[in-house]
Parts: sequence; structure tokens; C-alpha cells
Amino acid sequence: MTPSYASYNDFKNQLLTAFRTNEERMNGASKTPVHQLRRSALKQFDLLGFPTIRHEEWKYSNVNGLLKEAFALDETTTLTAEDLAPLEIPNLDGNILYFVNGRYHAELSRLVSPTDQVQITSFAEALKADPDFIESHFAHYADYQENAFTALNTALATDGVVVRVPDNTTVEQPIILRFITDARDKSIASQPRNLITVGKNAEVMMAESYRTLGEQASFVNVVTEIVLGRDARMQYYKVQNETEKAYHIGTTQVNQTDNSHFYSATVTLNGNFVRNNLNIVLNGQHAEAFMYGLYMPNGRQHVDNHTLVDHAMPNSYSNELYKGILDDNSTGVFNGKIFVRPDAQKTNAYQSCKNVVLSPGASMNTKPQLEIFADDVKCSHGTTTGKLNDEALFYMRSRGIPKDEARTLLLYAFSQDVLSQIKIQPIREYLERVVTEKLGE
Amino acid sequence: MLSISNLQAVIGDKQILKGLDLEVNAGEVHAIMGPNGAGKSTLASVLAGREDYEVTGGSVLFEGKDLLEMAPEERAAEGIFLAFQYPVEIPGVSTTNFLKTALNEIRKHRGQDSLDAVQFLKLMKEKMKLVNIDQSLLSRSLNEGFSGGEKKRNEIFQMAMLEPKLAILDETDSGLDIDALRIVADGVNQLRSPERATIVVTHYQRLLDYIVPDYVHVLYKGRIVKSGPKELALELEEKGYDWIKAEAI
Ligand SMILES: Nc1ncnc2c1ncn2[C@@H]1O[C@H](COP(=O)(O)OP(=O)(O)O)[C@@H](O)[C@H]1O
Ligand SMILES: [Mg+2]
Repeated sequence: MTPSYASYNDFKNQLLTAFRTNEERMNGASKTPVHQLRRSALKQFDLLGFPTIRHEEWKYSNVNGLLKEAFALDETTTLTAEDLAPLEIPNLDGNILYFVNGRYHAELSRLVSPTDQVQITSFAEALKADPDFIESHFAHYADYQENAFTALNTALATDGVVVRVPDNTTVEQPIILRFITDARDKSIASQPRNLITVGKNAEVMMAESYRTLGEQASFVNVVTEIVLGRDARMQYYKVQNETEKAYHIGTTQVNQTDNSHFYSATVTLNGNFVRNNLNIVLNGQHAEAFMYGLYMPNGRQHVDNHTLVDHAMPNSYSNELYKGILDDNSTGVFNGKIFVRPDAQKTNAYQSCKNVVLSPGASMNTKPQLEIFADDVKCSHGTTTGKLNDEALFYMRSRGIPKDEARTLLLYAFSQDVLSQIKIQPIREYLERVVTEKLGE
Repeated sequence: MLSISNLQAVIGDKQILKGLDLEVNAGEVHAIMGPNGAGKSTLASVLAGREDYEVTGGSVLFEGKDLLEMAPEERAAEGIFLAFQYPVEIPGVSTTNFLKTALNEIRKHRGQDSLDAVQFLKLMKEKMKLVNIDQSLLSRSLNEGFSGGEKKRNEIFQMAMLEPKLAILDETDSGLDIDALRIVADGVNQLRSPERATIVVTHYQRLLDYIVPDYVHVLYKGRIVKSGPKELALELEEKGYDWIKAEAI
């Protein structure tokens, strides 16, 4: 069945209507600065509409499939702790927060860090309890003028997490955000929104994990804003392992100040259509950002990683390594932008994207984009896309290792450059297991 | 043990082996010499099962079984080992991990139990001594950043670990100094037994001072054109290949 052109606008209209319905229920609260901001974001979303492949940033990622689905914007769920048990990551300790269809569920979650180490609240709660704080950060970093999905999230997001790490504090236990879509009865769209502020000389480890339950379609449109103070250090992992009917579009926007260190790994294991935007502004001297990525689509899956490192100040450093394993008829996109502003002398920026294409039906599109306006900088970038090394395969087979196992061993080793960077051990082990399983398929 | 008759192989549209015959019995060491481009590595690769080469004629029997029907990993399990002229770098896989996988796969094929970590380490320690190889090398990615000599020594170490029935050494001596050469030769000689055989492909007679062959063959333009006792190697060293070339025409 081919939907008529008009139905492409149905989802958009549904979202615009949802905003207005919410607004009517708000009474006085609709006057707040945050709501005014949401209103302008909605206007922008209305103006931009969903991107088409004529849009430079969406050239190789067609969202038409998403627009053909009929999603409910339904935050209710009958999901219980028992239903979640099969999704648990073994041996994982720490603050584990569950969000179902975008809504925080305290009864499923576990907060263990003392509040003098970190304040963790749901976004909805923080909006009520401390609107001034939200107002001072919300949508200050993630741009909604150009990006329709960020505009949509900014307008419609009702929940997510707000994490505040005070100055000079190390959060000892990791913070794990688990976003579950309950698509057992119907197709569900959600718009989680997260805000993380890490104080001066503070340190935290965080992971976002995305899963879908059920056979129906899911659409998660998430925005995470991260602000790192002077000398702050953060480990940030995004792990996406949804279903063959999952649409996932996410933006992580990071703002770094002097001497802050940001280490990230973005791992995409499963989903029908996945777009990860990771935007980092190095807005301070001696700030450092490390970005690792691993994606392994198969079937007809599509994974698009867009990264942007904006070197805005002198003496900053960025290092990026993304690796892809593409099978069947899957497609991948890597677009890595590096800006070096005129003032950002002595910048070091390194980028590399390596891909193994396992089948003739799979393809990978890579595009490094370096825009360098300072003269005293060190930048390098390189992308490779190729088949699995036949010489290596033969060498291994000649020692008695069967073809499939040799292939798995080689690809597992290939993925290790990324997975070994993950410092939350249970998450690394979980990923190693899922990667091995997927390679064995 | 190994019986090659009228073997013909092509790569692309280029015929490289043009009717090659060779008989190797258990307990024997055969040296194969010959000028560059003669087809020595091609023969070694065809025996190990490299798929780039297409066998267009002839047969190869290994202990009575049709070797050409077997996948490379089956040949390894049956007891064939090729020490590569150019060992391949395997990023991210340590020699230890690689060998543990290989050894246990071979054992599985033979209906033997896997070695556990302790047994495996014990065996490794024993064989490390044999080829004088360092633990630190074995924990690194296989062959990645190894010197030429380290790569060759690692090949012999792998051979010692896997204890093949038929070892084929493809110019394992090239690029080795005399000490390394001796270690490689020791490794090979330790494995010598009435049940095993070795084919040594080499350019130089030097190696044959240490691994004394029972037979020397000259491979030229895709065929064995001359065979003889070990003294043939000395003659080749002295006179070069031109007289053979002349004889072969
Ligand atoms: N992959 C290949 N493609 C085309 N020709 C090849 C290839 N490999 C080897 N050859 C050719 O086959 C011939 C034999 O090569 P090789 O077996 O390596 O010789 P040797 O080991 O005796 O020096 C040479 O002429 C070589 O150029
Ligand atoms: Mg050769």
C-alpha cells in the first residue's frame, strides 16, 4: 500500500495537535519562559517539516519510512519489572533509571548515589521543582533552528533525566538511563529529553541504553544536552539495541569548557533506521574530546552517524574513531565535521572511520568535512571501507580455524578497538556478548 | 603420505603449475629449490588450499584422501601446516588466543577434548623454549609490527604447537640471521619423526646445512625438472640454475 502524499503530513499534524492539546491543559504554566521557548521550537518544526533527502544533512538518510508508520503518542504502559527482566544487563550496579515510552518510572528505577554526590531527577519533576535551573540550560546548546527533530523534541519532550553533579565531586556509581519502548500493543513514539551538568573538577560516568519490547514500530526522538565545567571529566556511552521496526533519531549536544575531558562511545547494534548526532563544542582551552563509535547493521537496517567537533578555543584536542561492520543489504553513513575556528590555534583533531562490508548488497557512505580557519593546527582524517581481509581469513583457516569462526574472530577484534574503551565493565561485557552473537548470525 | 601427480594450477588466466609430480613419504624431508617465480609458493598455497588458485588438472592425495576436495581448515586438521613466506598480520588477535582457537578446533576435528587454559599454557611454555620466543610477543596482535625474523620464528612456534604431519616451510629462512636460522632448523628437526614429513622451500643451500634433506627437487616453470640427493643443493649453489634451465629445454 502506497500512502497518498497527504498522509506524509499526518504525523506532523498529529504532533502539532498534540502540542496544542498539551498547551490547553497547562493553564497558567503556558506563560513560563520554558513554554515560550517550546512554542518557538514548535513553530520552527512546523516551518522546517521533516527533512527530505534534498536536505544536505539527510542526503543518504531517508525518513520516509518513519512517516509512513502510524504512531501513538502514548506514555501509558502496563509494563512491570518482570517484563523488564529479560532486558537487564547482568551484574550492572549503579543508578539505573527506567523510562518507558519516554516517561520516568520511579518504581522500576534504583538510585544509589548519595545526593551530595549527584542530584538525579526526572525532567518532569525538575521542571516543576526548579524551573529556573531548567530555563538556564534547556535548549541553550542543542540547536533547534536547523534541526527539525531537535525542534520537535524541544517542543514536545515532557520527560527524561536531569543530572547535576556539584563541583569537585566524583560520582562513584555510574548513571544508567534505560529507555524502553513498550510496542507490544501499538506503535509508539516518544521524545525523551536529558540535561546533564557536570560541575568544575567533577567526574561522572553515564550510559543511555535503548530497547524496544514487542512487535510494533517504535520511534524515539531523543535530545541530550551535556555541559561540562572546568576540569570536569565524563564518560558517556550510548547503546542502541532496538528491534527491526525501530526508528531512532538522537542528538547528544556537548558543551565543554577549559580542561574538561569527554569520552564517548556510541554503539548501534539494532534498529531499522538509526541516526545519531553527536555534537561537541570545545569551548575552552585544553578541552579534550574522545569519540568512539561502532555500528553493525544487517538485513535492511540503516545507521547514520553524524558527528561535529567545533574547536572554538585554542589548544584543544579531539580524537575520533568510528568503526562499522555492514552485512546483507544494510546501509551506513558516517559524516564527520571538524570546525577549527580562527582563534583555535594549536588545535589537534584526529578522525578516522573504518568499515568492513561483508556483502555486496551492503554499502557505506563516508564523508569527512574539515573546515579549518586557523593556521597552526594538526588535523588528520581518514576513512576506509573494504571487504574482510581474505589473506587474513586464509591464514587463519590454514591453521585449522573454520571460516565462520575466523570471520567472527577477525570482526570481534575489529570491534574491540571501540568496545575496549568502555569503562563500565558490565556494559562492555554485555556489548561483547551481543556483538559476538550478532557476528555469529 | 603425499602424492602429487600432474598438478596444474592457474591464477587469473595465468598458468603457473604445469604438470607437477612429487611423492613424499612419512619420515622424509624434501627440499624444493628453484628460481624466483618458478611456482614454489604457488605449490605451497595450493597444498594449503588458497582459493585464489584454480586447480585445472592433476591430483593430490594426502594419506590416501583427496586433498583438493578439502577446505583449508580441514587440511590443517588432517595435519598439513604451511609456514607462510609472508605471514599475515591479524590485528586485534594475539598469537596466544589465535593458537588456542586453532589447536582446539583441530582437536575437535580429531575427536579430542579441548585443552583447558592450564594445559594450553603448559604446552605453550614447553614450545616457547623450543623456538626461544618471548611471551610478550605472543600477547601482541599476531604478526602486527613484528620484525621479519619475529614473524618467521612465530610461524615455527605455531608449527611446534600444532604438530602437523606434513609441514611445508616456504622460504622460512629468508631474512634470518644465522642464530635465528639455527632456531628455526632446531624447531623443524625436533619435529622430525618417522610419522612426519617436511617440505622445505628455499633459495639457499644454507638452511639445508641444518635441516638435512633426503631429497632435493628443482622446480622450474611450474614443474619439477630435476630431483636428486642432498648433494644436488650444493651443486645448485655453485652453478646456479642456468644449467638446469638449459637441460629443461
Ligand atoms: N596473485 C597473483 N596474480 C598473478 N600472478 C601471480 C600471483 N601470484 C603469483 N603469481 C605469479 O606466479 C608465478 C609464480 O609465483 P610464485 O609461486 O610466488 O613463485 P616462487 O615462490 O617460486 O618465487 C610468478 O610469475 C608470479 O608472478
Ligand atoms: Mg615464493
